Amino acid sequence: MKHTLSVLVENKPGVLTRVAGLFARRGFNIDSLVVAETENPEFSRMTITVDEQDQPIEQVTKQLHKLINVLKITDLEPAASVERELLLVKVKADAKTRSEIMQMVEIFRAKIVDVSPEVLVIEMTGNREKVSAFVDLLRPFGVVELMRTGRIAMRRGKKVT
Amino acid sequence: MRAAEVILQALKREGVDTIFGFPGGVLLPLYDALYDSDIRHVLVRHEQGAGHAADGYARASGRVGVCMATSGPGATNLVTAIATAYMDSVPLVAITGQVSRHLLGLDSFQEADVTGITLPIVKHSYLVKNSADLPRIIREAFYIASTGRPGPVVIDIPVDVTKEELEFDPEEIPAMRLPGYKPTVKGHPKQIREAARVIAAAERPVIYAGGGVIIAGAADELRELALYGHIPVTTTLTGKGCFPEDHELSMGMVGMHGTPYANYALSQADLILAVGVRFDDRVTGKLEAFAPHAKYVHIDIDPAEISKNVPVDVPIVGDAKRVLAALLGELKKLELSPDRHLPWMEQVEKWKRDHPLVIRESEDGEIMPEWAIHKIWEVTRGEALVCTEVGQHQMWAAQHYLCKHPRRFISSAGLGTMGFGFPAAIGAQVACPDELVIDIAGDGSFQMTMQELATVVQHGLPVKVCIINNQYLGMVRQWQELFWNGRYSYTCIECQPDFVKLAEAYGIAGYRVTRPEDLEEVLRVAFASDGPALIDIRVKREANVFPMIPAGGTVHDMMEREL
Ligand SMILES: Cc1cc2nc3c(=O)[nH]c(=O)nc-3n(C[C@H](O)[C@H](O)[C@H](O)COP(=O)(O)OP(=O)(O)OC[C@H]3O[C@@H](n4cnc5c(N)ncnc54)[C@H](O)[C@@H]3O)c2cc1C
Ligand SMILES: Cc1ncc(C[n+]2csc(CCOP(=O)(O)OP(=O)(O)O)c2C)c(N)n1
Repeated sequence: MKHTLSVLVENKPGVLTRVAGLFARRGFNIDSLVVAETENPEFSRMTITVDEQDQPIEQVTKQLHKLINVLKITDLEPAASVERELLLVKVKADAKTRSEIMQMVEIFRAKIVDVSPEVLVIEMTGNREKVSAFVDLLRPFGVVELMRTGRIAMRRGKKVT
Repeated sequence: MRAAEVILQALKREGVDTIFGFPGGVLLPLYDALYDSDIRHVLVRHEQGAGHAADGYARASGRVGVCMATSGPGATNLVTAIATAYMDSVPLVAITGQVSRHLLGLDSFQEADVTGITLPIVKHSYLVKNSADLPRIIREAFYIASTGRPGPVVIDIPVDVTKEELEFDPEEIPAMRLPGYKPTVKGHPKQIREAARVIAAAERPVIYAGGGVIIAGAADELRELALYGHIPVTTTLTGKGCFPEDHELSMGMVGMHGTPYANYALSQADLILAVGVRFDDRVTGKLEAFAPHAKYVHIDIDPAEISKNVPVDVPIVGDAKRVLAALLGELKKLELSPDRHLPWMEQVEKWKRDHPLVIRESEDGEIMPEWAIHKIWEVTRGEALVCTEVGQHQMWAAQHYLCKHPRRFISSAGLGTMGFGFPAAIGAQVACPDELVIDIAGDGSFQMTMQELATVVQHGLPVKVCIINNQYLGMVRQWQELFWNGRYSYTCIECQPDFVKLAEAYGIAGYRVTRPEDLEEVLRVAFASDGPALIDIRVKREANVFPMIPAGGTVHDMMEREL
């Protein structure tokens, strides 16, 4: 089962290494990891997606809590949170395929951000499944390059993450 | 004030009276400041020794131990000691010199990424980039090292930082900035009431107590509770002395080389009150078969230890001292009758009678190692401060040096670091100048840090080293004998120095004992002397440590004695 952990940390050098090192040591493979400043520049938010395989996620979150620079950890329930990831994809497009691709961009509410004679660069946000579905549809045209940010997530409703 | 001076002042404010260290290029400003300071500096002969000495100082006194090493090789020499302290939850502050800030990350001379190397083995670490942060960082480092679950903290300081000038007022205590650090000390009252209820209802209760009781200073509370509830107590290796081992409720040490009765009792218990323990695999053996009938109450200050290895029924996160006191209060409300579990106490007594620890005095005129330990215990009336190395002698010491007080048995338990005991004894002797401090050593382990003989001489520390000399890496040889068809691959160390001459070369009294009848007299003379001493006790070479539950085994696999 996939878990999305939202980890509030002090914005200091070395914190990322401490967190990532801990996952590696305890045998957890990180699927994706996003780090950026929060509304308060003293803190950063790490959104970490991991697979719960052999070991329960609880041991990792407890160990994470022991890191002095970690303030808060939320294991986000998919149903109670909104999640997004950003995709940039470079796809082959010639005169024949271009309009078909643009239709798909329309349907998925994606955006073309760069046009050149042979390729298009498309930007899209959505949850993981939506992004993956979009990518699958683009594949037949020839995906030249693809980048995803990994997911960020926020609790729904008034309560903060 | 120069930053180097500020560092020393800030250390003094934390109560530091001794630093164990070894100098080097980037430490020159700090050592220059030390030259005029009233902080005592104990000069070791290898930085590993400084780390273990600071560790021994901390374990013996309960205060934070401080060690210091230069950049690069000096700091990497500390790594084993830091890992040792980390595994046994010892409060340690390690100060390492670092190359100047503008040289960082350039593979400069004697540069090593010390905060990086030590990341998995510290409670926390700092690389000081700004001298103005020094007072706050030092305060935080001591606070982090000594509170909650204690552990080592590294402060890596570039040399140019230590040369800067800054304002410093020792009266002005800097504010700490630790928004993510709030150890829980007070146990949850509801959980404590629930614990009292299940303890009162138990028919076969056992207390399994560990290092956390000693760290918490909760030996008195534990004793009171055990006596009130009339509950037998077993301790871990690090817990030795948290309950007097000569008490009738004591069952000695549990685990792989623990007493048969402690292991039988745990396996049959219906309630285990686990206090400041971490269910290590040397204790539990095969997890699924460990104490199969028991309900668990687990008191620990570290939430990550709760249900880490075994699922716990009543978890209580908090400081053992406070929780045990509160728990006793709750138990007293329930008015336990002391004979509510008489059949159980009779069973425990029967196990003790039927399966005692065996002490063989002598075989073929040779000294048996466990008897040598027993003699050391007898001669010191169990009142010495004992440090050990790692191996068979460590286990014999754990079994036969019955310990009455906390902080009087010091051993590298979690990491099992050979070479730990002697430098740890140095630190313990510095912390407790009036105690008789003995390192119970193996001949293999002692050879790993014996260069510190110079340190005891230079600093006038009367540490006594008792080498239980079997001319083997005995513990590994034992496993080869029992599990690897007796193929003694590279465990025979007959090639060794003449330890008596070695001692004498350092100007220390050296003794060799080969016959049982001579041991007591030599021990008495050596222990009565004012100076350090080394006693080379030649023991039966292929004696094994029993009882033994093989790794991953159960109480049914216990080998009680030599076949
Ligand atoms: C050769 C060899 C053989 C060994 N054989 C054995 C054996 O037979 N039996 C045995 O017991 N050990 C043995 N050991 C040691 C073993 O490996 C473990 O190190 C030991 O069992 C751990 O002891 P502990 O559970 O008390 O935990 P410790 O490592 O002492 O940890 C202390 C615990 O207390 C908690 N704590 C800290 N402060 C507080 C506080 N204020 N309040 C409450 N809790 C607190 C900590 O969070 C931690 O969980 C052996 C080691 C070696 C090297
Ligand atoms: C630094 C280190 N290296 C290797 C080991 C593995 N080891 C554990 S016990 C032991 C033998 C110890 O021999 P000695 O000190 O002579 O004690 P004895 O077992 O003979 O009493 C060894 C090699 C260890 N624990 N620590």
